[in-house]
Amino acid sequence: MTSDHSHAAASDAHEPHAPPHPEIHFPTWKTYRWVALILFVLTVAEVWIYYTPIKQTRLFAPALITLSIIKFTIVVMFYMHLKYDAKIFRGLFLGPLTIAIIVIISLLFLFGHLSLHAT
Amino acid sequence: MATAVAEHHAEHHYTSTGLPHTKIAIWAFIGSECFFFASLISTYLIYKGRSIVGPFPHTPWTDPSTGQHFHPILNIPVTSTSTFVLLMSSLAMVLAHAAVERNDHKWSRIWLLCTAALGATFLGFQAYEFTSFVHEGLKITTNLFGSTFFITTGFHGAHVTAGVLWLITMYFIDKKRGLGPRDAVNVDVMALYWHFVDVVWVAIFTFLYLLQ
Repeated sequence: MTSDHSHAAASDAHEPHAPPHPEIHFPTWKTYRWVALILFVLTVAEVWIYYTPIKQTRLFAPALITLSIIKFTIVVMFYMHLKYDAKIFRGLFLGPLTIAIIVIISLLFLFGHLSLHAT
Repeated sequence: MATAVAEHHAEHHYTSTGLPHTKIAIWAFIGSECFFFASLISTYLIYKGRSIVGPFPHTPWTDPSTGQHFHPILNIPVTSTSTFVLLMSSLAMVLAHAAVERNDHKWSRIWLLCTAALGATFLGFQAYEFTSFVHEGLKITTNLFGSTFFITTGFHGAHVTAGVLWLITMYFIDKKRGLGPRDAVNVDVMALYWHFVDVVWVAIFTFLYLLQ
């Protein structure tokens, strides 16, 4: 297994008629291995929290949501290599994601458990 | 050489930004999928705890008319295992992508097949879960929880199925003519879809399975 595999598409940048996209260095195998380990540990932590007395406290939901956000961010940044890729992709993903999160929270305030008039 | 480069560029259709059309398209598609899954998850959250009859996800229930007792329906250890399987499939996917970029046909095939197998295993877990739920008395028409749960996880499963078919197709293309650096963009597009399916499950696992 190679320790460093830069994006091959970037090698085209040296060709005479190469497209003008910038050179991108993707994560190494070592990074991927660490990411997998961290995701595994976070998943174990989520399940562990589910079976502990924390479940009965007010910390339960925030703790799970925080762990979930960390896992989500790690996968998007490293496996989907948004951290390393062109900025336009961040806009294409984070724009709709932000709107989607706002819609979820708004709906919960209107009809769900965050509603002041919840039945 | 010039012909090869020209063919390579013609195949990937770079935009004026210098980025391939396919990659921009998949990110736009993933953006639209955020809305799709947000609508499903928000519907689940809105109806959460509003089912009149059981079975319920986290609490036992006794049917007053028949006296039949129902256990909490969710099986967290099983779903945790399937979550782990899907997370590991993402690792296999990045390794497949790296092998394609290195022009390493042997390992690209191994990792592509490994990713597809892990995806199929996840689907097997889901089939087991759905079957056991139905046997325990929870169907899509039973209550609000059943409707929103089966619709959300079912649509996610459909996405995983599409991803597995895509992976198997890519495996056979690799077997037929060998995937190399010129195919890296196409494999990257498939990998982005697969990882998105993974992150959606991260959200579903938390909101549908763990949160009470």
